Amino acid sequence: MTAVDIAVAPARRSPARLAVRRFVRHRIAVVSVGVLLVVVIGAVFAGPISGHSPTTIDLFHIRASPSEKHWLGTDSTGRDVFSRLLYAGRVSLGVGVAAALIAVVIGTVLGSLAGLLGGWVDQTVMRLADIFLSFPSLVVMIVVAGILGPSVITMVLAIGLFQWPTCGRLVRGVTLSLREQEYVQASRAVGAGPVWLMARHIIPAALPPVSVVATLGVAQAIGLEATLSFLGLGVQPPQPSWGNMLTDAQSLTVIRSMPWLWLPPGLAVAITVLAVNFIGDGLRDAVDPRRS
Amino acid sequence: MEHLQLMGAYILRRLLINLLVFALITVAIFMLVHAAPGDPVKMMIPPDQLNSGSAAFIAAKRHELGLDQSVFLQYWHWLDNAVHGNLGYSLVSGRSVTSLLSERIGPTIELMGVGLALSLLIAFPLGIIAAVRRNTAVDYAATVVSLGSVSIPAFFLALLAIYVLTLRFQLLPSAGMSTPGASGLIDLLRHLLLPALILGFGNSGPFMRYIRSSMISELGSDYVRTAEAKGAGPIRVVVRHTLRNALIPVLTIIALSLPGVLAGAVVIEKVFAWPGMGQLAVSSVQQQDYSVIIGFALIIAILVLLSNLVADLLYTVADPRVRLR
Repeated sequence: MTAVDIAVAPARRSPARLAVRRFVRHRIAVVSVGVLLVVVIGAVFAGPISGHSPTTIDLFHIRASPSEKHWLGTDSTGRDVFSRLLYAGRVSLGVGVAAALIAVVIGTVLGSLAGLLGGWVDQTVMRLADIFLSFPSLVVMIVVAGILGPSVITMVLAIGLFQWPTCGRLVRGVTLSLREQEYVQASRAVGAGPVWLMARHIIPAALPPVSVVATLGVAQAIGLEATLSFLGLGVQPPQPSWGNMLTDAQSLTVIRSMPWLWLPPGLAVAITVLAVNFIGDGLRDAVDPRRS
Repeated sequence: MEHLQLMGAYILRRLLINLLVFALITVAIFMLVHAAPGDPVKMMIPPDQLNSGSAAFIAAKRHELGLDQSVFLQYWHWLDNAVHGNLGYSLVSGRSVTSLLSERIGPTIELMGVGLALSLLIAFPLGIIAAVRRNTAVDYAATVVSLGSVSIPAFFLALLAIYVLTLRFQLLPSAGMSTPGASGLIDLLRHLLLPALILGFGNSGPFMRYIRSSMISELGSDYVRTAEAKGAGPIRVVVRHTLRNALIPVLTIIALSLPGVLAGAVVIEKVFAWPGMGQLAVSSVQQQDYSVIIGFALIIAILVLLSNLVADLLYTVADPRVRLR
């Protein structure tokens, strides 16, 4: 071993590299990254890949079975199913990421404030978290959609609002343990305020575990969006969503003899949510060395 | 003695907190009622009277119902009515919301009960085996099953099951609670099995994970080593020693999961045309039948608070070490 090798060795063992190595060992998670990449590419390049519009109605070719022209056939108003499947991916991924982002932002701000300030702020934030966590978000969203009317914006806001407590509790825990660290106390001693502490110390320290929670949040949000849209309370046609593509499949005739109408969107939700969950599982192993 | 007093005080405080939360929720629901489009006076009058009534009658009714008063007083009236079981009338069918909900609650409880039992039947064996055979192929397989249970949407699984079990092999019916003409327990169970199984599978994943981690932490304790040193085999250790202790946290999780099981039941009822509260709620939402939606929301709130209270009680009764602050 030469002197140069010794100098390089520590860099190779940086925490980030170790985390990547642990993630790569989780084989299903690596496969899931590949699967998710395919889904993302399909959604981003939906137009060029499918070569059809997702909303063009063709009443002469209703519920046509898969053919060379329409790879996954057409739906009950003659729209190309494959094209709708790809465009629906945009909605699902968009809703999932947006809702998880909202949850992470609210959770990080409230969680670190609770941890830093303590006292009644902490008490209030934690009780709020308890209340939000004890309500099943699906039912709340059904009620809200019923009264205010279905809309994608309301849905994203509601999912985010009901997901923040997981992240909030986590960030609060990180903050509490950081508060006792000498470098944070030193920072406070020279006059650092909550915002500085949050930006400089809490967020960098909380980022790895928060990334796990956020990933699992994306999976949950995609599933919720699909379920709400399936019930007719989420994304409204003609805009395609994996959930509302399945709404058609509630008659036994469709289930029996037109599997191209319900099997692809159902598989798309299941596979995407599974992949994101597996990535979250792999991230957890990568971030928390004690587990592996 | 001192401990019992502490416990009483703890339970009382939890009760008060829960009541406060319930009051806040009723305020939230009331505000939603106000945000809802339409005239609230029409929600509180049986439609046959509404159609025959003159403008003066409606104005009198508005006054009688206190809808010309301040928002605060209106809230008080609404709460008073709700507490006395008067939740108004359905805007669609004209029937009272209380009677609509009460005839739907039975089927929903049946579905939830059997679904919950099936989910425990799936989760316990898998969770225990995964904990005992930790980091083996069995453990990984159980993890995959539990991730699958939270990832695959229940409605899609339901369609798959209908396709395979009802349409291909014609083993089980796919809709309703009974076959026309047939009756009896067997017929009910045949209709119940498929929806309850899908509901149960969807809820089994989180249970499995809790059982696994709870068992792992118990299996690491000193008393397990003692039992093993005295010659207890793995089955005896699990059945006689660890399972009992591991059960405490799992029981609270089961209590806390009840509202989630109800949420799952809403979707399942819709797909399988099961005549329960969830199906009523979804159709009310589609028909914008606000008074029924609000009645449903109140039932959810009550269920959430009850399950929280039960979890608190289980916690204090089962584990005296719980911090009684």
